[in-house]
Formats: sequence, C-alpha cells, structure tokens
Amino acid sequence: MSAVKVRGLRYRYPDGTQALDGVDFDLADGECVALFGANGSGKTTFVLHLNGLLEGEGSVEICGQHLERSTLAKVRTQVGLVFQEADEQLFMPTVLEDVAFGPLNLGLPQPEATARAAKALEQVGMSAVIHKAPYHLSAGEKRRVALAGVLAMEPRILVFDEPTTSLDPPAQRDLVRLLQALPQSKILVTHDTGFASILATRAVFFEHGRVAGEGTVDEMVRRFHWSHV
Amino acid sequence: MHHLVIEGWSHRSSPLHARDARAKLGVLLVLLIAISTTSSQLSFYGYALLLAVAIGIARLPLFGLLERAVLLLPFIATFTLITWWSGQPVRALAVFEKSLLSGIAALILVATTPITDLLHGLESLAVPRPLVLVIQFLYRYLFVLSEQAQHMRMAARARGSRFHSAGSAVAVLFARSWERADGIYQAMLARGFAGRFYTVSATHFHVADAAFFCAVSAAVIAIRIAL
Amino acid sequence: MHIPDGFLTPPVWGAFDVIALPAVALVARRAEALKDDRNLPLLGVMGAFVFAAQMINFPVGPGTSGHLVGGTLLVIVLGPAAATMVMTAILAIQALVFQDGGIIALGANVFNMAVAGVLAGYLPYRFWAAQWRSAAIFTGGVLSVLTSACLALAELLTSGVPMSRRILMLSLGLFLVSAFIEGAITLAAVRAIERMNPRWVPRLEPAGSRVMGVVAIAAVVLVMGGILIASAQPDGIERLVGGGSPVWSHAPLADYQIRGIDSPWLRRAGAGAAGLVLIYGISVLTGRLLARQRSS
Repeated sequence: MSAVKVRGLRYRYPDGTQALDGVDFDLADGECVALFGANGSGKTTFVLHLNGLLEGEGSVEICGQHLERSTLAKVRTQVGLVFQEADEQLFMPTVLEDVAFGPLNLGLPQPEATARAAKALEQVGMSAVIHKAPYHLSAGEKRRVALAGVLAMEPRILVFDEPTTSLDPPAQRDLVRLLQALPQSKILVTHDTGFASILATRAVFFEHGRVAGEGTVDEMVRRFHWSHV
Repeated sequence: MHHLVIEGWSHRSSPLHARDARAKLGVLLVLLIAISTTSSQLSFYGYALLLAVAIGIARLPLFGLLERAVLLLPFIATFTLITWWSGQPVRALAVFEKSLLSGIAALILVATTPITDLLHGLESLAVPRPLVLVIQFLYRYLFVLSEQAQHMRMAARARGSRFHSAGSAVAVLFARSWERADGIYQAMLARGFAGRFYTVSATHFHVADAAFFCAVSAAVIAIRIAL
Repeated sequence: MHIPDGFLTPPVWGAFDVIALPAVALVARRAEALKDDRNLPLLGVMGAFVFAAQMINFPVGPGTSGHLVGGTLLVIVLGPAAATMVMTAILAIQALVFQDGGIIALGANVFNMAVAGVLAGYLPYRFWAAQWRSAAIFTGGVLSVLTSACLALAELLTSGVPMSRRILMLSLGLFLVSAFIEGAITLAAVRAIERMNPRWVPRLEPAGSRVMGVVAIAAVVLVMGGILIASAQPDGIERLVGGGSPVWSHAPLADYQIRGIDSPWLRRAGAGAAGLVLIYGISVLTGRLLARQRSS
C-alpha cells in the first residue's frame, strides 16, 4: 500500500517565488526515504504539504486518502512531523504536558492521554525527564522528546526535518538506533549523508523546487557531488 | 543566575515543598496582609521567627536565601532612606522590616514551589485561563530568548554599540521572536491543535494541605493580634 | 517603578487589587470568549521578547545606557487588550521569578503599567499614527512611562511615604528623563521593526482629528499632575508625622472630620478610590470613543 503519493505539486510563496514546481513523489509502506538538496531547494516546503501546513496545487494522498480541508484532521494523526527547531516543537512547560498535547487534541481523556505520553517517552528512552522543563534538556534529549510527542499520536508516517542538527556524535548514534527500531514509514530531510545512508533505502534530490534525481543514497551523493570533501 | 538558583531549590523535597501550591499561596497572602496592617516591632520579630521556621522545614540554605534577599534591597533602601531623612526613623525602620519580611516570604514561596505548579494553582483559583497560558508560554521562552539577547549584547560590545544599532538589535530579536511564534503555531497544528489548549492538572488538595493552611494562618493571625 | 510589598498601605493596595485585577480578568475573559487560543503562544513569546529586549543597551550618554520598557512597543504591535495581557504576564513573572514588585502590590503595579501605561502609550498612536507617525510613537513612549511613574509616586505618597518638595522635584525630573529615553528607544525600535517587515506594525485608519489627540494627551497629563498634587497634600503628611504610627491603627483623630467620614482610613481610601475612578472613567470613556470610531 502506498503511504504517500504526490502528483504535480506546485506551491508559490506570497512574495511570488515558485517554491515547488511540479513534484511527483512516492513513499511505500515501511520505506525510509532521504530528501537531499541545497537550502531553498524546496525540501522543507515539500514536507510541509504532507500534513497540510501548506496548501499547494496538485494532489497529495496519504495512506490512500486524498488530502483536503475535510480530511486534514485525520491526516495529521497519520503523518507525524518532527520539526528542525525542537524548541518550537516543545512549547509546553513540562515534558509530560508537551507529549500529552497531541493525544489530548485527539479527544482522549486525561488519564489515557498521560498514559500514551508515558509510553511514547519510554519508547524514546526519555522516561526520566517526564516532569522536567524543556529548557533544561540537551539538544539530543529535546529531539527525542519531540519525537515522543509525535509518536504519542500513533502515526503511520514519520517525517524528520534535519534531525541531526546540533547533535553530537553520541546523540546522533542514539537517534539512528531509535529510528531503526521504529516500524513507521519515514522521510528524512537531511544534509547528513552518513546518517541517511544508514537508514534510507532510497534518496530523492531536490533542485529549484523540482525532483532532479532519484536512486540510492550513494548514487545521489555521487551524481550530485553531495559530500563535503 | 538568580532565578536558576531559586528554580533549583523549588525542585527539592521537604514537607513544605510537598504542600499544594494553593495552600502555600493562601498562607503567603494571609501573611502579607498581616504584615501590611501592623507596625508592632514585636510582631515583626514573631514573623521573622515564623519565616525562619519555614526556611528550616523547607531545608533551604539560610545564607543562600539571604543572599537572594539582598537583591530586594535597592528599592527598599531608597525609600527607607528617604523616610529616615524626612525625620521619621521609627517609620523608616518599620517600612524596611515590612518590605524585607514580605520579600523573604515571597521568596520562600517560589523557592518551594515550581513555577509550573504555581501557575496551575493560580488557574484553579479563578485566574482566567488565557492569562495563565500567556504567563506559561512567557516563562517557557523567557530564558531561550534571553540567551539570544545575551549573545547579541556580547556581539554588540565587541563592535561598539550605538543607539541606531541597538534599535536594529531589538528588531532582529523581534523578528526571531515572531518567527518562533509562527513555528510554534505550525507545531501546534501538526499535532492536531483545533483552537483549544487542554491543561494536564496534577494538583490535589489533601487534608495535609488544609491543615497546613489553617494552622499557619492561625499562627499569623495570632501573632498579629497578640503582639 | 515596580512597587514592592511593605510600602503601600492597605487602603491603597486593597483598592487597586479590587479594581485593577478584575479589570484585567475581564480583558482575559473576553479573550477566552473568542474560543480560539491560537494567539496565546504569540503573546507569551512577545512577553519573553520584552524581557530579552530589556537586556539590549541603548547608549544615552557617557557611560550611561537606557533600556526598553516595552509597553508602548507592545501596544503598537498588538493593540491595547493584548498588550495589557502581555504586560500583566510580564509583571506576574517579574514578581514571582525575579522578586521585582510585590504580591499584594501587584494590583497597583498592574494598574500603573499594564492598564494606565498601556492606554497612555496607545493614545497618541491612535490619534496621530496616520499623519504624525514618529511624533505619535515617541509621545506614546513618553506618556506611558510618565503615567506609570506618576501613578506609582502618587500611590506611595498616599501611603504616607514622606517626600520633601525637593525630592519630589528630583523624582519627577528623573521620570521625565526616563520617559524621553523610552520615547526615543521605542521610536528607534518600531522603525527598525517596520523596516524589517512592515506587516508587523499594523496601520490604523485615522481616528478623529490630530487636535483631538492633543486634547486627549493634555487631559492625561493634567490628570496625572492633579493626582500627584492631591497625593502630596501637606496636611496628609503632617497628620502622619504627628501620629508617628500608621493612622488606621488608631482611633479616628478627634479634630478632623469630613461630613460623616471620620475614619482617616476611609478618607484615605476614599481619596485613593476617587482618583482611581477618575482615571478609570477616563480610560473607559477613551476606550469607548475609540471603539465607536473604529466601527464607524
């Protein structure tokens, strides 16, 4: 079954720039795909369409369901987006309240919501900080708590926007292990080709709002000279 | 930093830390009102003793606390001195003691109650939810933005600050803050936000809290009346 | 300008806690009635921004620098109701986290800075923003700080803190200097923000004539002056000096009576309340006037 099916996606910013210029994209159930591309090439803009934060022209299908106003709420439970800025994602005063935010919005009563939050925190190994304030967490811990907040909604698809930003190597390793253990289909928007090559079976290269190439991670790295040496 | 020290203290445990935020807030108000309505030197000694007992039960470092209290002094000292120089030394001393006692009492409250618990307590005490939420978000991002401003200050110091560039610095801070708020809103939507914040209430008022409130309030009132 | 606990007498802090805090609660409840909490994180972040912005140094003289207070900046960017909520949140955090300002004195501080200060900062902008934009922003900053400071001074005087004429003049001089600095800083900041992204500083349609603005601002200044003079009544201070201890804890003074109100406690509270009602009335009337104009 297809997890994500995008056809002919176009999006223009209010100031007139064409951020996406006809993008086709597929994600199969259980697959992990990396998105590469220069800053401003449209990768982040693209993923913001997958849960309806941005609305463009073309069609977006999530788990076989067409994305439109009436299906927005449902799609947002199926697509879990982990943002680049963890501080903007962890906006509640304590970890527990933040991770329980999603379940509470789903209409779950408080005891169930907190139970889901506790379970999600256990999944990411952050049960110890459940009552802490986000301010006191390290970058790696914030990233994992943000992931817990998303997992608590039990999505089918996980999208990560630059997940290894400001993570030191040990934290990066922890994140890799964590992601390997998660069964959901995944999209990784990243500059970190090493990270991508461990987790992703396929890579898509964005250029000027279009898909310029597709293949394995190594193929894309070679073809577009996407390494720092 | 001052507030970080106090925040650290607020997460310790002691019989006082364990009391419900509302009970402690209630006791504080009774005490502040009592202090404000008296000028008896004896009662000040009584309240000082009460506060010392509280500090002991809360297992707070006495000198550390007094160190924090010193920060309260500038404003208090100014008006105390003005009152003294106007030929009212008795009143000056009274005002000084009242302010110091009130300040230390408030300090003990925040040193034994995490701010988030305090805010939840306020909400259940009929402070309007939108206001509590604004305070909550303010507190959440207070230190994040302050760190940003700190960096900008250091950079400006290196470059040599001018009035005009300070205005630009404020604008940059504003821009980042506004964009951060946009990011927060997107993150809220992504996790199903539909217009309402739901709070996770974790406070329960036990018999111990009621007993605490009644006992201490009675002591405060007794001191007020007797001394 | 944040009054700690211990300085204000019960009639004064009591009156403000009873009037100002419910007033802010009313503003907040109206926000609740909108059934959309979407802007609350923005308001919180803006409050945090003001704290952070206060750390930026604005050089105003050799070795001295000023800092943004922020009430006027907030009201220009967010409008009066939102600015009042943000300022109240700021004052609450300042009192609780930084022990800057008292707890029972919170009502007075909220009135001075979150209600009166915000409205005073908004007044020039509402009337002059269309044609005299820089003057509007600058005057807003000046008026906002001046109003808050004068009210604080008046509350302290009414509570019996003795101030000689010289000290009073010195204080007012300092207030004026801070007020002008705030005006200049607010203007610099708003202009810089506007340059970065014009949509952050909302444009207002012209509301009434600029002359009406002048009249309104003059009215506020006059009321402030009146309140200060009334609070600094020499006979009030004399009575306190003669008493030696807080007046309200004694029996009513035999040789002073006002038409049935012979408790000085009540008299003082009455004076305070009367001043409050006056300011409140002006604020409400101005608010109604502005609301009517916006809808027309």
